[in-house]
Amino acid sequence: MKVAVASAGNTLDSPVDPRFGRCAWFVIVDTDTMNLEAVPNPAAGAAGGAGIQAAQALLSRGVQAVIAGQVGPNAFQVLSTAGVRVLPFGGGSVKDAVDAFTAGQLTEAAAPTGPAHMGMVPGDSTPGFPSGGMGPGWGMGRGGGRGRGRGRRGW
Amino acid sequence: MKISVASGKGGTGKTMVAVGLAVAAESAVLVDCDAEAPNCHIFLRKGDPEVHEVFVPVPQVDASRCSLCGACAQACRFNALAVAGGKVILFDKLCHGCGVCTAVCPSGAVQEVKRKVGVVEVDEDGSLVVVTGRLDVGEATPVPVIKAAKRLAPSAGITIVDCAPGTSCAVVEAVKDSDLCLLVTEPTPFGLHDLRMAADTLAELEIPAAVVVNRSDGEDAGVREFCRTRGLAIAAELPVDRRAAESYAVGKHPSLEHEEWRRAFRRLLCTVTRTASGREC
Repeated sequence: MKVAVASAGNTLDSPVDPRFGRCAWFVIVDTDTMNLEAVPNPAAGAAGGAGIQAAQALLSRGVQAVIAGQVGPNAFQVLSTAGVRVLPFGGGSVKDAVDAFTAGQLTEAAAPTGPAHMGMVPGDSTPGFPSGGMGPGWGMGRGGGRGRGRGRRGW
Repeated sequence: MKISVASGKGGTGKTMVAVGLAVAAESAVLVDCDAEAPNCHIFLRKGDPEVHEVFVPVPQVDASRCSLCGACAQACRFNALAVAGGKVILFDKLCHGCGVCTAVCPSGAVQEVKRKVGVVEVDEDGSLVVVTGRLDVGEATPVPVIKAAKRLAPSAGITIVDCAPGTSCAVVEAVKDSDLCLLVTEPTPFGLHDLRMAADTLAELEIPAAVVVNRSDGEDAGVREFCRTRGLAIAAELPVDRRAAESYAVGKHPSLEHEEWRRAFRRLLCTVTRTASGREC
C-alpha cells in the first residue's frame, strides 16, 4: 500500500508536517516493498485550494493512505471520496509515522481534523481547534536601525 | 464624471465623504461598492429599492458524458475542481466563474449554471439614485457584485463610488475607470500608513488621486508631508467637530444638518469637479 506522509523535508528523518495542503514535501512509502519516493508538494504555494490540489496530486500517484498532522475539510472530502484513508499523526519523523502505521497504531479520521486554511497563517489557532501551522512567515521586514551613530561637528 | 472614494484604513469617513458629495451635487448617482458592509443608504434612508440578484457562473458536470480525464481540475487555477472516486467534485466557493473548465473539457461535459452571490439594490428617488451592492454572507469575493452594481448604475453627470477599505481586488474593481479617486484619511499614524498603501495602489492603476483629511487637527503634519513628497493634492481638510459626530451617531449626515458642513461638501465637490474634468462649478 502506498502511504503519503506530509513532511517538512524529503527524508525519513524529516518531521511530519502538521499541515496537509501546504506541507513542503510528500514522502511516499510503499509499505509492501518499502520503496521510498519524495515529491515536492505542488500546492505548497497555492493561492487557494491548496488541500484540494495536494489531494489531487496524491490521487494521481495512486496513494491509498495519507498521514499528516491535520487535514482540512476540502482535502478530506477529496481524499475520502476517493477512498483514501486519512491518518492524523503529530510530533515525530516520517519514519516514526510509517512505523506507527505499519504497526497498526494509527486511527483513521472519520472527519476533517482541522479547519480550512489552517496552513495559511503561522501559528493561527482557532479556539477549540488544535493549534495550527508552521508556514513560512509572510512578514516583510521594514524595521530600521536604531541610529546609534555619533554626530560629529563639521564635515 | 466618475469619482471614487477610497481610503486604505477603515473608519476614516469614506461613506461620509461619498454621501456628502452626492448630496452636494444637484443630481448624482451614488454607487455603494463596499459590498461586504454597504451603508450609504443608512444616511439617505430611501424608499423601496428595485432588487437585482447577482449570479456567478459555476460549472455543472454531466456525468454521462464525463470521461474523468481531469482536464478541468488541472486547468482550474483556483483549485475549485477535483476528480476523485469516479466523479468531479466542485468547491463552488473557490470558483471564480472564469469558464476555463467548460472551455478545456474534451467531451463537452461541463456546462455553466448560475449561483447567486449577492444583490444590487437600485433606489431611485428624484435627483439622487443610490445603487447598493450587497454580497451574500459567506461568499468569498465581492468582485462580481461590485461589477454588477457599476453596470446597473444609470449613467449620470456625476457618479460617486464608495469603496471598501483596504487595497484588495474589491477596491481595485471599484476604483477602476474613475476620473479621480479621493483618498480619505485621518491624521494618525494608522491613517497615514494605510494612505500610503492606497496611494501606491492608485499609482499602480494610473488613476489620478487626491486626499481628503477627515477629523483634521488643522495641522495634519504627517499627511501634508506625505502628500507633498508624493505630489498629491489635498482636496479638503474636514475638521474635528462634535456636531458632525453627533449627527453621525444618529445616522444623519452632517451636511443635511449643519450649514458649515453643507458648504464644506459643496466646496469639495467644486474642487473635485475642477480637478477631474477641468470644469468650474
